[in-house]
Amino acid sequence: MTDLAMPIYKKAENPTDISDKRIERGWNGKIRTAPHSKSNTAIKALMFSLVVITVYAFLTFDYKEIDFADAIMATLQNIKTVFLEPRLTRDTVLGMLYQLFVTFCLGILATIFGAIFAFFCSLFCARNISSPIIGGIIKSFIALIRAIPTVLWVLIFAVSAGLGSVAAVIGLTFHSFAYLTKMYSEAIEEVDEGTIEALRAMGANFWQIVFQAIVPSTITYLVAWTFMRFEINFTNAVAMGAAAGAGGIGFHLFMAGNFYFDLHEMGFLTYVVVIAVIVLESVSTKIKEKVK
Amino acid sequence: MNKAMNQAFRKRKITYTLAFLVVLALYLISAYITEFDLQTGIKAFPEAAKWMSERLIPDAKAWERLPKILDKLFETALLSVAVTVTAGIGAFMFSLLGSKTTGFRGIINQLVRMTAAFFRNVPDVVWAMVLMFSFGQNILTGYFALFFTTFGLLTRSFIETIDEVSASCVEALNATGANFIQIVFQGIIPSAMTGIITWILYMIETNIRSSTLIGILTATGIGYLFDMYYKRIEFGSAGLVVMAIVVLVIVIETISIQIRKVIK
Repeated sequence: MTDLAMPIYKKAENPTDISDKRIERGWNGKIRTAPHSKSNTAIKALMFSLVVITVYAFLTFDYKEIDFADAIMATLQNIKTVFLEPRLTRDTVLGMLYQLFVTFCLGILATIFGAIFAFFCSLFCARNISSPIIGGIIKSFIALIRAIPTVLWVLIFAVSAGLGSVAAVIGLTFHSFAYLTKMYSEAIEEVDEGTIEALRAMGANFWQIVFQAIVPSTITYLVAWTFMRFEINFTNAVAMGAAAGAGGIGFHLFMAGNFYFDLHEMGFLTYVVVIAVIVLESVSTKIKEKVK
Repeated sequence: MNKAMNQAFRKRKITYTLAFLVVLALYLISAYITEFDLQTGIKAFPEAAKWMSERLIPDAKAWERLPKILDKLFETALLSVAVTVTAGIGAFMFSLLGSKTTGFRGIINQLVRMTAAFFRNVPDVVWAMVLMFSFGQNILTGYFALFFTTFGLLTRSFIETIDEVSASCVEALNATGANFIQIVFQGIIPSAMTGIITWILYMIETNIRSSTLIGILTATGIGYLFDMYYKRIEFGSAGLVVMAIVVLVIVIETISIQIRKVIK
């Protein structure tokens, strides 16, 4: 045994020795592996309150005297029908693929509009090229937009534009805009300060800086975030088709489920959506890896 | 020098033009397929703004309904916390099996990831409608519909978090001969906790928004209240519901920002 190890060995002989201030010990003399800190206390307090809220929630929910076992059995039966016996009864495969394409296009439109607005807003939001006051105003505006769920935006616009693709696209655009502005401005804030300064010194104006320095150096990020938003928009477009009658495969899902009570057809449509989303997801995972 | 620069600028101009044309083509095709009319869209903005400022303002009748709205709002908040916490606990255990860090490899790993992908990608709309048949207009319809999607999403996020932050720590514990339980409690939980909490807070927020949508579809909760007032053309009350949701989301967002500041 080397000399170096000796003090440690000696310490082990007397585990109740708590004179070493660098090591925190619990009430029983055991060394604390997780030291007391504000962050640890906060995490424990948060976990505790979340569990308490959850228990309270389950105790106070109005279950309306539902027969739980019956409902579970019925659910399992329905899930079996939906996922194990999918069948198209009302429409052709080609027709469904066309509806999928419609949903796809709704997502594309919302992404394009969201990206255009977000691009210009993010320029005024990014700390390195804009003033913090304007950035602050835009950020609180975005917080307000994000606080209203997409479906409510769609329904609000449906009053003036009517239920359909216009209301759906506008409604979807709001959250895309909010999301992309945040992501774009974060990407822009990463741009090398030197490049911007050099262009400024040369007398370049704001738009020259934007198109000659900022866009070229952030374009991979901008494209990646835009595509990731498109993936989200596609899923949201399915939901909006169902909830707000915006057309596409979501609307057909809603009709199959709530109107024709045709679980077989619902299953088929669900599989179409799931496959489409998984394809989009795998593309965006690849993009994410590249960006990282 | 000048020539080379001009060429570079010209090349960039061509790239910008091409990108613009591609986006334009995408727009035209999509607008044609979905019968989207830009003019109607642009006109809708001032109309919607006018409508919102005139009709969406809560009237006396709406304020009378405030207790009922707050009751449903509270229920929605409780629901999204309950869903996120229960799904989070399940997702955490599940993600231990799906993470490469914990040493489960091959088939179990793949199986967990596929299950998570399935739950994540089946739209919550579908869950809501399937559950609607068996549970009816019950809060449990909303609970399970949100649960499945949340579970799938959190499983993937937890796997990513664990693989990202716990790998080196688990390797060190492995070297000391720690067993699985010790690795989980001494290695993974402490190191991944911050990430896990961030995801849970994010999901609570998301679930409040999603529960509005589910509520509209399954006639439960705050979503149903909005839908009912909206369809009865009692826009003042619908407006109050929107405001209540906005306040709730912003309160939860503020709380989670504060929490994230402390636990960093």
